Amino acid sequence: MLYGNKIKAAGLIVGLMVALIIMVLSVVLGYTNTSLKQAIEAYTAFNGSNEHLIIQLSRVPRSLVGMAVGISLGIAGVLMQALTRNPIASPDIFGVNAGAGFFIVFGVTFLGISSIQQFMWIGFLGAAVAAGLAYALGSAGQGGLTPVKLTLAGAVMAALFASLTQGMLVTNEKALDEVLFWLAGSVEGRKLSMLATVLPALVIAWFISLLLSRQLNAFALGEDVAISLGQKTVVFKLAAALMVIILAGGSVAIAGPISFIGIVVPHFARYLVGNDHRWIVPYSAIIGGIMLVMADIGARYIIMPEEAPVGVVTALIGTPFFIYIVRKGIFQK
Amino acid sequence: MRKYWVLQRKSFSFLIDKKTTVSIIALTLAAVVAMLISIGVGDMYIAPWDVLQALMGTGLDINQLIITEFRLPRVLVAFIAGASLALSGAILQGIIRNPLSSPDMIGITGGAGFAAVAFLTMFSDDSNNLLLSINYLPLFAFGGATLVAFLIYALAWKDGVTPIRLILIGIGLMALLQALTTLMMLIGPIYRASQATIWLTGTVYGTSWKEVKALLPWFIGMLPILVLLVRRLNIQGFGDDLTKGAGISVHRERFLLLMVCTALAGSAVAFAGAMGFVGLIGPHIARRISGSSFGGLLPASALIGGIMVVLADLAGRTLFSPLEVPAGVFTAAIGAPYFIYLLFKNQ
Repeated sequence: MLYGNKIKAAGLIVGLMVALIIMVLSVVLGYTNTSLKQAIEAYTAFNGSNEHLIIQLSRVPRSLVGMAVGISLGIAGVLMQALTRNPIASPDIFGVNAGAGFFIVFGVTFLGISSIQQFMWIGFLGAAVAAGLAYALGSAGQGGLTPVKLTLAGAVMAALFASLTQGMLVTNEKALDEVLFWLAGSVEGRKLSMLATVLPALVIAWFISLLLSRQLNAFALGEDVAISLGQKTVVFKLAAALMVIILAGGSVAIAGPISFIGIVVPHFARYLVGNDHRWIVPYSAIIGGIMLVMADIGARYIIMPEEAPVGVVTALIGTPFFIYIVRKGIFQK
Repeated sequence: MRKYWVLQRKSFSFLIDKKTTVSIIALTLAAVVAMLISIGVGDMYIAPWDVLQALMGTGLDINQLIITEFRLPRVLVAFIAGASLALSGAILQGIIRNPLSSPDMIGITGGAGFAAVAFLTMFSDDSNNLLLSINYLPLFAFGGATLVAFLIYALAWKDGVTPIRLILIGIGLMALLQALTTLMMLIGPIYRASQATIWLTGTVYGTSWKEVKALLPWFIGMLPILVLLVRRLNIQGFGDDLTKGAGISVHRERFLLLMVCTALAGSAVAFAGAMGFVGLIGPHIARRISGSSFGGLLPASALIGGIMVVLADLAGRTLFSPLEVPAGVFTAAIGAPYFIYLLFKNQ
């Protein structure tokens, strides 16, 4: 779609502007409509009114959280798809989200955790365990790692963790109340302080991912090619996997398991800029952010006056794309 | 000595494999023993012999009451639900010729689950009373399962249906259904949400004769259809071309089988919840015991599925007593590792 580096760079700038506009819309739209003027005044001339409070305590935080999580999931999706050469690789299909969810519910139920910091660390742990298991399962046995095997292994891990999570929730109704909304994936009610704990890790992971994008190009040609080009594939794979775990685990910790952003966004990005990961990674980041914040705006209107979790909206939008990708027949080998 | 007994009438004939027959008799015995033990174990332990006496109607009054009113219906529902799910899985694996498929992986039980949760939340008023009779729940679950089955088939259709596309589309739809189910739970009151969670995990807690009476006809109704379809299921295993060559309309047959599969899974989920992995694992264990001819595979799958859920229920109510852990937690805990093992073996 976009040819030439100048056009691609211009596209990135347009994307950044769209992202900004969407974030502003996310601040002013909702059950309580506010205006741009009020949004600015909430910070320059705060008067304690309802609108100002909503803007400061709810709208701005969720807009920022949505953007950060969207960027992270978009990048995590690219890394996973390149790493596994599997076009439907993503944190949710591979059970990474379900794993993080399981560990967090386990923590809430049995270890009494309640702070976002604890959520984050235990979320990382869960994401790492699930990703490791799915990858080990998918690549073990004869024939090594194939996309279909990896997908099936991930789906089973997801099913297992989901069953166990439900089992724990059954025995603990209080936990259910606390984690049900979170389990569906939501950026509502997240405070800036929560974002502040996770953000440094995420931002570092974004930049390392950008640095890795050159190696992703070589790796995408096949592991043999990458090795013959002098790439230390083991180091590279470990680094990329670590980034996936930080990005997916951090996202789940703050927003719950949000599905389909990780699958769909990289396809959009590839459609726009072709196969060069030096462009795909930043494009996926921006598209992921835009998509998640837009989905979050949509989530406010689906079951008005209540709010739907944004994860439901991303699933609604994402499933048709997922089916489209599968129908395109990338799995015919 | 011949390997088969031959049973022949005008319009049908069966070859009955002797080894299979023996293993099915053994499985039947195992099922009976599992059910007797499960009936006997609980807050009040009743010895197997006393259980038998109570079932004959000659036991102590107190045993009689506990067994016939509380434990027997629960064990029966567990067994029938398990049998239905495993049968459904065996048929599905036959239709799409993929040993890794099952009604829960491709979203058929997810569809039933979503419809049932929607029923629970949409038809209850502010004081948690259901506006419609709970008897309609299975109908909804079945409707949801059927709809999803159609949808998967239609979406996977592209000059025919390849197994891999079917599974991947199913996995995608499953994710969507999970999201929608959560949405339904959020819309409803929290009491309904916790009810729905228990139910989605799969449990036979609190079942009575009412559930047995509602579930049994579905199960029994499918059996004659299966008996008629067994041979064709065998032929389908050889591929579409050969099936056509044998004079069978592939699509009509596949459609019919998919409906039977959906009816079994849908009714089981309606009464015992979305018990995971039984539909996947049951047929695999059965295949090892009875071989892969569907004449033996179907009854063996049914028996093993039934035994699995009866034992999972037994574990759920005794291991962490006084907590009741839903049986589905155990079927998943046993099923997932076994699946992983299959994944290694089937390369």
